[in-house]
Amino acid sequence: MKPIDLVKLAERDLDLRRSYKYRINVCCSSGCLPFGAEDVLKAFEQAIKEYGVEKDCKVARTGCVGTCSVGPAVVVEPGDYLYQSVTPENAREIVKEHIIKGTPIKSMLYRNESFFKKQRRLILRNAGKIDPYNIEDYIAMGGYSALMKCLTSMTPKAVIDEVMASGLRGRGGAGFLTGQKWTFVARASGNPKYIIANLDEGDPGVFANRTLAEADPHAIIEGMLIAAYAIGAEKGYIYIRAEYPLAITTLKKALDQANSLNLVGENILETSFNFSIDLRLGAGAFVAGEETAILASIEGQRATPRPRPPYPATSGLWGKPTLIQNVETLANIPIIINNGGAWFAGIGTPKCSGTKCFSLTGKINSPGLIEVPMGTTLREVVYEIGNGIPNNRKFKAVLVGGPSGGCLPEEQIDLPIDYESLTKVGAIMGSGGIVVIDDQSCMVDTAKFFTDFCVDESCGKCVPCRVGLTKIKEIFERIMRGEGRMEDMNLLEELGNYIREASLCGLGQTAPNPVLTTLRYFKNEYVEHISQKKCSAGKCFQKNEEG
Amino acid sequence: MGIGVIKLKINEQEVISREGDTILKAAKEHGITIPTLCDLDGLSNFGGCRLCLVEVKGSPKLFPACTTPVSNGMEVITDSERLKKYRKMAIELILSERIHVCSVCVANNNCELQDLANKLGVDHVNFKRDWNTHDLDTTHEFLVIDRNRCILCTRCIRVCDEVEGVHVLDLKNRGKDTEVIIDLDDQWGVSKICTSCRKCAKVCPVGAIYVEGQPISQTRDKKIAEFVLTRRQS
Repeated sequence: MKPIDLVKLAERDLDLRRSYKYRINVCCSSGCLPFGAEDVLKAFEQAIKEYGVEKDCKVARTGCVGTCSVGPAVVVEPGDYLYQSVTPENAREIVKEHIIKGTPIKSMLYRNESFFKKQRRLILRNAGKIDPYNIEDYIAMGGYSALMKCLTSMTPKAVIDEVMASGLRGRGGAGFLTGQKWTFVARASGNPKYIIANLDEGDPGVFANRTLAEADPHAIIEGMLIAAYAIGAEKGYIYIRAEYPLAITTLKKALDQANSLNLVGENILETSFNFSIDLRLGAGAFVAGEETAILASIEGQRATPRPRPPYPATSGLWGKPTLIQNVETLANIPIIINNGGAWFAGIGTPKCSGTKCFSLTGKINSPGLIEVPMGTTLREVVYEIGNGIPNNRKFKAVLVGGPSGGCLPEEQIDLPIDYESLTKVGAIMGSGGIVVIDDQSCMVDTAKFFTDFCVDESCGKCVPCRVGLTKIKEIFERIMRGEGRMEDMNLLEELGNYIREASLCGLGQTAPNPVLTTLRYFKNEYVEHISQKKCSAGKCFQKNEEG
Repeated sequence: MGIGVIKLKINEQEVISREGDTILKAAKEHGITIPTLCDLDGLSNFGGCRLCLVEVKGSPKLFPACTTPVSNGMEVITDSERLKKYRKMAIELILSERIHVCSVCVANNNCELQDLANKLGVDHVNFKRDWNTHDLDTTHEFLVIDRNRCILCTRCIRVCDEVEGVHVLDLKNRGKDTEVIIDLDDQWGVSKICTSCRKCAKVCPVGAIYVEGQPISQTRDKKIAEFVLTRRQS
């Protein structure tokens, strides 16, 4: 395919899309499937046939719109009417009333309008709008135009400069400047060079990367291609955890289609640019998402981290220069190329440009997948987008950054979400998990839960993480048995600081965060557990009373 | 200054080193001791015991001396109060992880863990000790692995793979359940690949792998890996 063919294809598909008066997007991602989204999709297809409106109305399988608690979600265009908890019976009704009579059924619409008001969907620009199984849908929305722009009118250096100007920082958690990382790999000597797209999302309650891959797989692939062109890589791997079957199927289909259109492979768009992509599935280890462990895993070894330096940029896969990026980072690249780095830098905060996806869960009225500009406050996320806490319970804490994030109290709720602000208060951006905790939850119990997770997932290589976390777990068990001692709080803090500072990789370095932040902000609960053997939230010591 | 010469300070002392050398090597050459357990000359770097962590002025982070390369103008501190405290903690954690009873250990008085505990002033263990037993394998003609004493430094695995070249030993499981295994978790006695070279016993810092009936002082040879490596290169 030549560049001009891509343009023609895009025009043809856009015309096709416009030729329909209505478009019914049925979310068929992992959130909506268990609610029966497949049946709803079939019901819509049947209904438009029965009512004879196939020429006016297109029914499409799409990815996630974000309102995961009220699935199956269905969006009717134009107007983006979002129907919630749609059943196959509702489907006929919607076709009859909305498509044929033109009057949306108000009683079935999603009620929390503020869910979308504060969001800005750049990474999830196509999520819920296109059919992820159909590359032409992506192309119609301007997909692969950024790749074409790079290949036909930009030098690799110009691409890196644009990414540098955007101020984009790695969305995997650490927040390293993406443009700088690309410069390092581009300058590194050694051939071939590799790219790894990291989709080993393993945090409990986090599903942003999965959703992205299920909804818009080509955004990841296009981001990889542009990165490959910029740094001179020939081979890429998408490392995805095996527990994401739908995302794997979606990516496989997307790669096949991109291959057949010559957007991946050799002489891409009839230029001299070659880049092939393979999928690699994880084997169940959480730590495999750490950037040096991912290298070991792809090479076929135990997924354990190794010390840096050498950094993957100079010595990565099989000792060759390797660029490792989170898939969310990569999905930003096409929009940066299309709109310019300066445009992107204008979104978010000066130090933290762009938007970030968050998986909003816990005790919240409107949980789901959200995308907000950097610098949005936690209050806006919890009370406006999330619509507050159910049953008028009292807000207690919010856990930001997954199992190794920090539990922040009400005093911190006006904190803007960006890398520096979060680190300052003991939390991390991490994988972008936000778990809202109300007054029915016990903070000691919460800290114990996440410590247990990290104990199970520690690879066992370094002493602080392997042994230190186990000891923290034992101290928690002692407290929960009613055998805690007041010194235990000091011991927990000392151990926590040691593990944070002495561990080899990011898992260990962040694993004590829940313990350290709950000790910092909710010390009274520890005191209560230890000195009175009491849990105000009524979570702990239950078995003792029963027994 | 010649090419490749690096000038740095370790504990206020001016030190000259070579480009590409680690802080640990530079310190060792100038008679500055940094405690280690997993590191061994002649083997690849592991960076797991975290005993050799040092401070570098200008950074709040700690750096493992065994893997961090020296750079010009670097100011390294190897014995701050924080580091001393953390090293003691590391030893206490290792001692509490498995069954370490010196009086019934073959390595008593020839043990790197015991030496370090003494040197660093570890006179008690502040953590709950784990008394769960781990597998002991005495099926080999003369080599014994007692996993209760293992500190997972992987010296045996590395020497078997990198120096002897057979890779009989490896790890299974993860986290606190990690164990050193023979072949694909077989008994040592049935391994057809093991060359019985004893290098694993020679490099074990504790009494986890030893030669039956031989005093450990005669088994130990910490220089073996470096010796073979140098011979190969010459």
